[in-house]
Amino acid sequence: MALLALVPLVYVASYVVIIGPVDLWELLARPRIAELLRNTVTLAVVCMAATAVLGVALAFLVERTDLPGRRLWHGLLVAPLAVPAFVNGYAWVSLDRSINGFTGAFMVVTLSYYPLVYLPVVAMLRRLDPALEESAWSLGHSRARTFRTVVLPQLRPAVLGGALLVGLHLLAEFGALSLLRFPTFTTAIYDQYGSTFNGGAATAMAGVLVLLCLVLLLAELRLRGNRRYARLGRGAARGAVRVALGHGRWPLLAAVGAVVALAVGVPAFSLVRWLAVGTSTEFPVAELVEALVATVALALAGAVVTTLAAIPVVWLAVRHRGWASTVIERSTYVANALPGIVVGLALVVASLRLVPAVYQTAALLVAAYVILFLPRAVVTVRAGLEQAPTVLDDVAHSLGHGPLATARRVTLPLIAPSLGAGAALVFLAISTELTATLMLSPIGTSTLATEFWSASSELRYGAAAPYALLLVLVSIPATVLLMRTDSPATKTERVPV
Amino acid sequence: MSSLTITGVTKSFGSGASATRAVDDVTLHVPHGSFTTVLGPSGCGKTTLLRLIAGFLVPESGAIAFGDTVVVGDGVRPMPPQTRRVGYVPQEGALFPHLDVAANIAFGLPREARGTTGADRVAEMLELVELPADFRDRRPDELSGGQQQRVALARSLAPAPAIVLLDEPFSSLDAGLRGSTARAVRRALAVTNTTALLVTHDQNEALSLADQVAVMRAGRLVQSAAPSEVYLSPSDPQVAEFVGRAVVLPGTATDARATCALGEVVLTEPATGPVALMIRPEQVFVDLAHDEGVRGTVEEVSYYGHDCAVQVRLDEGTSVLARMAGVRRPGPGDTVHLRVTGLVRAYHPAGAP
Repeated sequence: MALLALVPLVYVASYVVIIGPVDLWELLARPRIAELLRNTVTLAVVCMAATAVLGVALAFLVERTDLPGRRLWHGLLVAPLAVPAFVNGYAWVSLDRSINGFTGAFMVVTLSYYPLVYLPVVAMLRRLDPALEESAWSLGHSRARTFRTVVLPQLRPAVLGGALLVGLHLLAEFGALSLLRFPTFTTAIYDQYGSTFNGGAATAMAGVLVLLCLVLLLAELRLRGNRRYARLGRGAARGAVRVALGHGRWPLLAAVGAVVALAVGVPAFSLVRWLAVGTSTEFPVAELVEALVATVALALAGAVVTTLAAIPVVWLAVRHRGWASTVIERSTYVANALPGIVVGLALVVASLRLVPAVYQTAALLVAAYVILFLPRAVVTVRAGLEQAPTVLDDVAHSLGHGPLATARRVTLPLIAPSLGAGAALVFLAISTELTATLMLSPIGTSTLATEFWSASSELRYGAAAPYALLLVLVSIPATVLLMRTDSPATKTERVPV
Repeated sequence: MSSLTITGVTKSFGSGASATRAVDDVTLHVPHGSFTTVLGPSGCGKTTLLRLIAGFLVPESGAIAFGDTVVVGDGVRPMPPQTRRVGYVPQEGALFPHLDVAANIAFGLPREARGTTGADRVAEMLELVELPADFRDRRPDELSGGQQQRVALARSLAPAPAIVLLDEPFSSLDAGLRGSTARAVRRALAVTNTTALLVTHDQNEALSLADQVAVMRAGRLVQSAAPSEVYLSPSDPQVAEFVGRAVVLPGTATDARATCALGEVVLTEPATGPVALMIRPEQVFVDLAHDEGVRGTVEEVSYYGHDCAVQVRLDEGTSVLARMAGVRRPGPGDTVHLRVTGLVRAYHPAGAP
C-alpha cells in the first residue's frame, strides 16, 4: 500500500533522473515556464498572506469581541468549505466574464480558502488559557499589546499551518484557475496532457510542482514540530473576556457581512440564477441520475478500498512501532503533497508502461483515489486504534480468547466508529474530486464533477448548475465533520480540489 | 483452582551488553487458595513476573506450574495465555469500553453459557464483588474507579480461573476508595478460595491484604514470608526500610543482647560482635513523665491524629524516630526519655545475621 502511494513520486523522480539534467533544463528553461513559475508562486504567496490576515481577523472578531450574532457568523464564515473552489470559480465567472486573470483568481481563491486559516485559529483561541492574557494585563500591558505579545505568538502554529495548507491547495488547484484563465503549473500540465499528450513537458512541470509542494510540506512540518504551546496545569477552561467594540461594532459588522456576502452570497445567488435559467431550458434527469449513480459507486468503492488499505498501515504504526512501520506510515502522507494532477499523470504513464490492461478502467481510478485520500483514512483510523489499548487484548487473551476472537470481539467493535468516519471522509472527498477523475475516468463514465466540468468549460453555465448544486450538497457533510474542530481529521485535512 | 509454583524464572530485555535482567532467577510458591502480594519499587520487575505467569511473555529459563501442570518450562511448549485459565486484572481495570457491565463480566464465559446461565453467573459475580444487581446495564464510563476495579475482578473470576493476577489494581484510586475496594476484593477472593497474586509498590497494601509477601528488588526476590515476619524480621536493612519506617543503629552484640545509642536491647536471634540493629519507630517508647531511659530533645513532631511521629536528637548526637499514640504528645524542644520495647533484629555488617 505504501508502495502504491509512492508510485507518483517514483514516477516523477525516475523521469527526472532518466532524461538527465541537460534535457530537463531544455524543457524547463523557457519563457513559458518562467511565466508559470511566476504566476504560481505569486498567487500562492499573495493568497497565503491574504487568507492569514482575513482568517485571523475574522476569528478574533467572532471569538474575542462582542460582535452581534457571533454564532450565526461563525456558521456562515465556515460555509465556503462546502463549495468546491471550482464551483466557486464557475459562480463568479458565469456572473461576470471580466472576472479573470490574477485579480479574479486571487479573489475567488482567497474567498474559497480563508476558512482553512479561520478554523484552526478559532480552535486555538478557544483552547488558549485566559490566565496568560490576564497575567499580561496585570503586568501592565494594554489589550492591544497583550494580543501582540501573548496571543499572537500562540496563534502562530495555527496561522502558519492554515496558510501552508492554503498554499498546498493552491498548488494543486486546477478547476477554479482554469475557469478564471489564470495559468499555473497545474493547469499547464493538464493542457499539455490534454492537447498533445506531451508526456515529457508535462512530467518536467510535474517535477517542479512536486518540488514546490514538498517545500511547503516540509516548512509546515518544521514549523509544527519545533515549538510547543502547552497549556500548563489543569482545571476547567474559562472563557476569555471579550473586547467591547463600542461604536466600532457597526463598521466591523458590515465588514464581516461583506465577506460573507462575497464568499457565500454571490456563489449562492449565481447558482440559483443559473439553476432557474438551466432548468427552464434543459433538465436532463436521466443524465443527472446516471452521473450521481456513477459518482456514488466510485466513491463507495474508493472509500471501502482506502479504509481497508489504511488498517494494516495503522496497525503497524500503532502496535508495532519501529523505524520500518514509521517509514510506511509517513510514506502514505507524501500524497498530501501530491496534487491530483500529478497522481493522475503518474498513473496514466505507469499503467500504460507496466499494465496496459488497467488503463481506462475504474480500478485505476480507484487506485488514484486511494493514493490521494489514504492520509485522511489513516489519520482517522489511527485515532480509533489508539483508543483500543493493548491491555484490552491481554485481558481478552487471559479470558480464553485467541487472536482472531480478540480481533472480532474487542478490537473491531472498538475501531468500527473510526473506520466508518474514515470511510465517510474519503467518500465525500472522492465525490467532489475533479482533476484525477478527469484524467483517469473510463470512457463513457461521467461523474458529477466531470459532467459539471464539461458543461462549464464549454460555457454552458445553465447546464452546469444542477451538477454544481449536487456537488455543493455532497460537500456539506464533510464540512460539518471538519467544523468539529476537535476531530483528528482537521489536523492534516485537505479539502477536495 | 490450584497452587502456583515458580522455579528459577529469568527474563531479560534488550540484547548484548545493554540487556537487563528484569526478572532474575525468581523462585516462589503460592499455596492453593492463598493470597500473595509481590512488593517492590517501580522498575523492580514485578509486573514482568506477572506477565510471565499470565503467558504474555515467555521466560528464557525456569519453569512455571499451576498445580501439577507445567505451563512453561524446559522441554514444555509454552501454553498460550488463552488456555492458561488465569484471571488478569490490569491497572485501572481496562474494562471493554464498548460493552456494558454484564457483557464485560460474561466475556470469558464459553459461548453457549453467555445466554441465560451467563445472566445467573453475572448476578452471582456482581453480588460477590458487592455491587448492586442493577449495575449490570451500566456502561464502564458510568462507573467510579473503584466500581470499575470490582467489575474487572468479577470479569476475571467469572470463568472460575486457576489463578487470579492483579497488577497494581488500586494504585489509581484515591486513598479512601483504595482501602474499601481492596478489602472487597480480598473478601471476594476468600469466598471463592481463589489463588491470587497481586503486585504493588504500596507497603500498607502488601502487608494488610496478603497471606504471604514476596519482596522484589532489581529483578530478584529477596524475601518471601508472612507479612508480620517481613515487617518484624526483614532479611536485610534495605528490606526493612522498604516495608516501613525503620531506625537502623550500629551496636555491639553479646549473645542475646546488644548495646547501642538507645541502650541495651534484646535480640530476636543471638549474635556477637559489631551489628546493625533494626528498630521499628513504634518499638521506641517515648516517656514524657519519668527520666528512665536515654535522654534526648524533641526536634520535630508530625501529628497524624491517630498517632504521631517524633524525631528525637539523643544527647550523644544520634537522631532517631519514634511513633506514639496521638493522645498526649510532646512539643519541639521538650526533653524526653526513650526506651526500646520488644525484640530487635540484628544484622552483621555483611548483611545476613
